[in-house]
Amino acid sequence: MKKVISLLLVLVMLLGIAGVSSAEEPQYGGTLIYAHGADADALDPHMTLLGTSADIIVNVFDGLVRFERGTTKIEPALATSWNVSDDGLIWTFNLRKGVKFHDGTPFNADAVVFDIERQINPNHPYYLEGKFPYAGFSLGMIEKVEAVDEYTVKFTLKHPYAPFLKNLAMFATCIVSPEAVKKYGEEIFKHPVGTGAFIFEEWVKDDHITVVANEDYWDGRPYVDKVIFKVIPRNEVRLLELEKGNIHIMEGLNPTDIKKVKDNPDLKLLEQPGLNIGYIALHNEKKPFDNKLVRQAMNYAINKEEICKYLMKDQAIPARGPLPPTIWSYDDTLKGYPYNPEKAKELLKEAGYGDGFTFTLRTYSAPRGYNPVGARLATAIQQYLKEIGVNAEIEQLEWGTYIKEGKAGKHTAALFGWMADNGDPDNFLNVFFNSANQGSTNRAFYTNEKVDELLIKAQKLSDEKEREKIYKEVQKIVVEDAPFVFLNHMKQMLPMRTNVKNYVLYPTYNKFFHKVWLEQ
Amino acid sequence: MAARPIYFYGVKTMLSYVIRRILYLIPLLIAISIVVFLMIHLIPGDPVEIMLGEKGAAEDIARLRAELGLDKPLYIQYGKFFSNLLHGDLGRSIRNHNKVSKEIAASFPATIELTILSMIIATIIGVLAGVISAIKKYSWVDNLTMVGALLGISMPVFWVGMMLMLIFSWKLGWLPISGRIDLQTNLEAVTQFYLLDSILTRNWAAFKSTFLHLILPSLTLATIPLAMIARMARSTTLEILNQDYIRTARAKGLPEKVVIWKHVLQNSLIPVVTIIGLQFGSFLGGAVLTETVFARPGVGRLLINGILGRDFPVIQGAVLVIATFFVFINLAVDILYAYLNPRISYS
Repeated sequence: MKKVISLLLVLVMLLGIAGVSSAEEPQYGGTLIYAHGADADALDPHMTLLGTSADIIVNVFDGLVRFERGTTKIEPALATSWNVSDDGLIWTFNLRKGVKFHDGTPFNADAVVFDIERQINPNHPYYLEGKFPYAGFSLGMIEKVEAVDEYTVKFTLKHPYAPFLKNLAMFATCIVSPEAVKKYGEEIFKHPVGTGAFIFEEWVKDDHITVVANEDYWDGRPYVDKVIFKVIPRNEVRLLELEKGNIHIMEGLNPTDIKKVKDNPDLKLLEQPGLNIGYIALHNEKKPFDNKLVRQAMNYAINKEEICKYLMKDQAIPARGPLPPTIWSYDDTLKGYPYNPEKAKELLKEAGYGDGFTFTLRTYSAPRGYNPVGARLATAIQQYLKEIGVNAEIEQLEWGTYIKEGKAGKHTAALFGWMADNGDPDNFLNVFFNSANQGSTNRAFYTNEKVDELLIKAQKLSDEKEREKIYKEVQKIVVEDAPFVFLNHMKQMLPMRTNVKNYVLYPTYNKFFHKVWLEQ
Repeated sequence: MAARPIYFYGVKTMLSYVIRRILYLIPLLIAISIVVFLMIHLIPGDPVEIMLGEKGAAEDIARLRAELGLDKPLYIQYGKFFSNLLHGDLGRSIRNHNKVSKEIAASFPATIELTILSMIIATIIGVLAGVISAIKKYSWVDNLTMVGALLGISMPVFWVGMMLMLIFSWKLGWLPISGRIDLQTNLEAVTQFYLLDSILTRNWAAFKSTFLHLILPSLTLATIPLAMIARMARSTTLEILNQDYIRTARAKGLPEKVVIWKHVLQNSLIPVVTIIGLQFGSFLGGAVLTETVFARPGVGRLLINGILGRDFPVIQGAVLVIATFFVFINLAVDILYAYLNPRISYS
């Protein structure tokens, strides 16, 4: 009976969607203007770390695989299918036929091999020492890459590494035209040539970048004729331009303007939690945080709901664990640590700290991607902890020293955060909790052999279902162990004109314009 | 010995004065280069770790440190920096791998265009307001102008920019909000000075768009210098109005117009020239804010982006060029001043 009901529900939803889409027939044409706060730095996918560059790159280039619209799940792109050997070492990709780069160069296995080798092989003629900041992370596990035939590429990995597939969906591993690389050499970053939905037209530095529709795009011509990425540094000025209708979409909304956007009938606001987390690393080897009960008490004592709603002005949602809800394998049954100061006091008593304690809470000063209020967050936390008799002495450090000492574990407790790279849970869980990462990203100095074992196992499995199970188990253990105080996930917020249709937010924050159309 | 006017010494002396002034610049420019060089070492923390941020891997940190030569002793680093400088090599941007000299060359025209227009506005309106205030001393015109000047000096540049934008672009819709030219207008950039380019290519639509986009930013940038110039012009004019030769001119029955134009205005301009020169620094400083508010590309934006992106070569290059530019403008003003004012001594 349940099945029938759910089937009916699905049917109703499908009809609903069909109804909407028939009422809103996509229209071709128009120039879409998107405004962001900073200019791109390099338009070669391999030569940048910057989100503003990535937003242009993902529209001009394709990877072998890509994220399904609005998710962190993988679907085919330049590769139509792939398989992995049983030992997880050999990955074979079958490539899409008949695709051409924007300069007319045919896309084939040689092009893929050229582009990958260019990033990881120091003997490659177009390798640039130290200019590929993501290559170590995204391709460092590759032993060799070969063209099996014109449309088949084989990767041999040094060790089994399941997140490899996610890495190939990142903007940083999009495939660049080999002929363009030969033509432009070191200046390739100014002349992006890919296979993507849009063709690069011009770049006026600190002003705008223009791309035009690729009529021959393998996945269908984009709806709009042109996209202009305009740079407007100040958030409030960008909003004025949006309100006037001079631009269509903008990033970077001041929290004080959220209501203004929501109240404006000409504008709409898309929002979604992004792939990030803000947390307090409690040093698990130092007193009193070597005691699990104390760490749990800290989690209960802080009112994250209130922090997100009032301090962060609704720009964030409270974290229940280490993963944001938009990532694949997120365990939505986790309750986390809802605000409960009474329970916190009980736990402290049980741990032998009934009279409270004093510790040093380190913080940085300026706002960061995962914390819009900078050091004010530490002050808020201090107030909550006072209520359970814990005295946090705030110590503010300059950023360079802060990170250095954080890696070295000089703190007792310190505020940190993470912006994810590839949309794989490994990029959160392994980064934070694998004991091998102490001294770099495991800033809580957390050690749990079981967790280490599970994380390594998950990297070796290529069966996504199995991996999902393991990551859910890790989330349970880690939330119970509470090496962090899990604070917040920042929301991605994108105000736009109501005539912008079919725009979908991606958890990776990248802006894709292929399927977007303008109502005229 | 009493100072003698320039015409007494002749052209030769003027030339030797100019050469001497240029020679004085050398130690000054070296001092600037040292300060700019030390900038990277004076900020707290390890510059390389700051540049690479949270995710910087140990090997990248070591590599960049070697690339920037930061693992060598300070004097060797400076020697390298200075010799590169003499070759016009300001290094490459950490963020986008571009040559810093190219980045600066690309962004300078926009700033110069903005600065020159603001300077013209500030000078013309400033001098006129100052002189009129002085002539109509203590009248409501004078009071209004001087209160306005006080406000002009006190208001932060970015606030003025936002207010002008809100009133003229947002409420009234007369002028564009931001940018350098309308995005749909095509302009073939020859010199990168858009006004000039549009005249050269006879592209009047682009000229109009560029000009309209320049109005609010240049007014914004002009506020502080304009106010300073107005006050200066007023006080010098007042001083001159009390001079004996003005009394004489009036006494011998010259029309007031002639007195003002011929005797007052010309003489009151001399100190104003100095003020304009000194204000040039404030123009460049203001350009940083104005360009950010109005989303105009330029050296100010380049500098801000360098600072936000922790891109030390860009910061060093931009500061160096701005400082050098400032020094040369001051030199030019001094020479002009000497030329205008015969009472200056050259020994």
